[in-house]
Amino acid sequence: MSDLAEQMIPADKDPLEVAVAPVRKKRKAKFGFLFWFFVAWIGLTILASIAAPWIGLQNPNNGNFSSLNQGPSTAHWFGTDDLGRDILSRVVYGSRVSLIVGFGAMFIAMLIGGTLGMVAAYRRGAVDTFVSAASYVMLAFPALVAVIAIVAFWGHELWKITIIVGIASIPLVYRVVRAATLSYATREFVTAAKAQGASDTRILIKELLPNVLPAMISFFLIGVATVIILEGALAFLGLSVQAPTASWGNMIAESRTYLQQNPWLALFPSMAMFLFLIALNLVGDVLRQALDVQDAKL
Amino acid sequence: MAKFLFKRALALIGILLLVSMGTFYLVHLLPGNPTVTILGPNDTPHNRAVLMAQMGLNKPLWQQYLIWLGNVLRGNLGQSFITHQSVTSVLGNAIPIDFELILISQIIAIGVSIPLALASARRPNGLLDRVSTTSSFAMLALPPFIIIVLGVLIFSIHFHVFPGPGSYVPFSQNPWSNLHTMLLPSLVLAIGSVVVYFRLLRGDLISTLQEEYITMARSKGLSDRYIMWRHALRPSSLSLLAAAGLNIGGLVAGAFVVQYLLALPGLGYALVNSINQVDYVVVQGITLFVAVVVVVLNFIIDFLFTIVDPRIARE
Repeated sequence: MSDLAEQMIPADKDPLEVAVAPVRKKRKAKFGFLFWFFVAWIGLTILASIAAPWIGLQNPNNGNFSSLNQGPSTAHWFGTDDLGRDILSRVVYGSRVSLIVGFGAMFIAMLIGGTLGMVAAYRRGAVDTFVSAASYVMLAFPALVAVIAIVAFWGHELWKITIIVGIASIPLVYRVVRAATLSYATREFVTAAKAQGASDTRILIKELLPNVLPAMISFFLIGVATVIILEGALAFLGLSVQAPTASWGNMIAESRTYLQQNPWLALFPSMAMFLFLIALNLVGDVLRQALDVQDAKL
Repeated sequence: MAKFLFKRALALIGILLLVSMGTFYLVHLLPGNPTVTILGPNDTPHNRAVLMAQMGLNKPLWQQYLIWLGNVLRGNLGQSFITHQSVTSVLGNAIPIDFELILISQIIAIGVSIPLALASARRPNGLLDRVSTTSSFAMLALPPFIIIVLGVLIFSIHFHVFPGPGSYVPFSQNPWSNLHTMLLPSLVLAIGSVVVYFRLLRGDLISTLQEEYITMARSKGLSDRYIMWRHALRPSSLSLLAAAGLNIGGLVAGAFVVQYLLALPGLGYALVNSINQVDYVVVQGITLFVAVVVVVLNFIIDFLFTIVDPRIARE
């Protein structure tokens, strides 16, 4: 990221995120129907992915060679794929990959990048200079290319991909959290806590974290969406979890050979991914708007 | 200004050095041995030792890096273990395709997003504005690999408007059918950019339109169209430029995916192929090239900014 980006864009926002953010409305953000609908959708997706083995789905990897490439029916709600596997079951099981990578990687990034960001913004000095410089260098490296190269040689296991993508997301999280913390680190309540003799750790956890947390949560959701897209791109290039394990990305990738005979194969995983991504984006966005209103009231 | 530029150029060199180290160590520190790939069943200890010595792989890593960097600076990115093609010629064959894809997609994206943003910002919350804002938000949740699959499904398979995968023809051979093939992938890439540019520009324009000089221009009786293009769009073109610069990394990535599906022999296609063949040198070369392009482009955009707005250099 460059100076011009900082110049243009308020320091506490990720430039790309600002570029895509809608114009902030002055009126109070409402938690309307759509918001709750998509919150429920995220909940439902998470629940289904956890409960997948117990909700009467067929085995996602067992083929049935007497019913190949069939459209939706009562036996197979979403139809079957080129090996006669149940698409509904594969979409539900496939969500596990996206969810583990998405939430896992952002969790790693938040834990490391968030901690570094808060400490750097609170302590300033050499630590801040060094970590900030490092984050610039990492951001300069195109993430997908780096991730492709590392995954290609280190391995395609789910946990490895999660760690790699998590580490690749650290600098962005660091910048967001650092900027958010900066705006609080010099406030009166921090000075007051210091005057009362509170330790640095206590100030960071008790005073600063609660203020930064809302911004982190909304960024977390949008970050999960970005990571899921990244995993999907990896899967599409054949670099994510390997067959027969289903993931939304590799289902979409596999479907390309059968587009003519069986378009359902492409449509259902695309639909699942689209709905989940739009839910994450919308909930994250509404939360951020609600947050800004609170901020303005202070 | 000169001092500022000098400082920036130093920083650029520093970042480029770090990027080159990153690329080098990335590929070298990871498990797997290129000799296994080259020798295959002949990977006996003796053969391996000879080959390692020939390739300089038994030297300390920092020496290998310096030798590699020296070669890179002289324009020699090495030679593929598998195809024995030089990496520069792999790049030379692939780059024009990425360039063409990105160029066409950006022409489409700018051509669509500017008029759309102008029309939307003119009447915020009007019908057009609401439709385009909502649909652009939805588009954010459509990654390029979904759009390209749907695009092929609808336009190639159902309506036969565009040729399907694997029908790439070089521009020099048949410009018309080359453009015809490139249009679908470029459109797919353009959609992502349109969303980013539209949302940015619309927001910018709406706040610009509340400025006093716009009211002034209106009271002078200037036409709406003139005010929009001349007074409102101009200051926003800067943010558009910045967004375009930041977007380039995403475009390259999107181009990878699109090339892979349509079998367009560009950088992404070459990268995935060489990864599947464990062709270290080519992976290294492509990674380095893309990283350097992104870093240098960001630098150039920074530079353009200081020309447009000299205040940046003074700070």
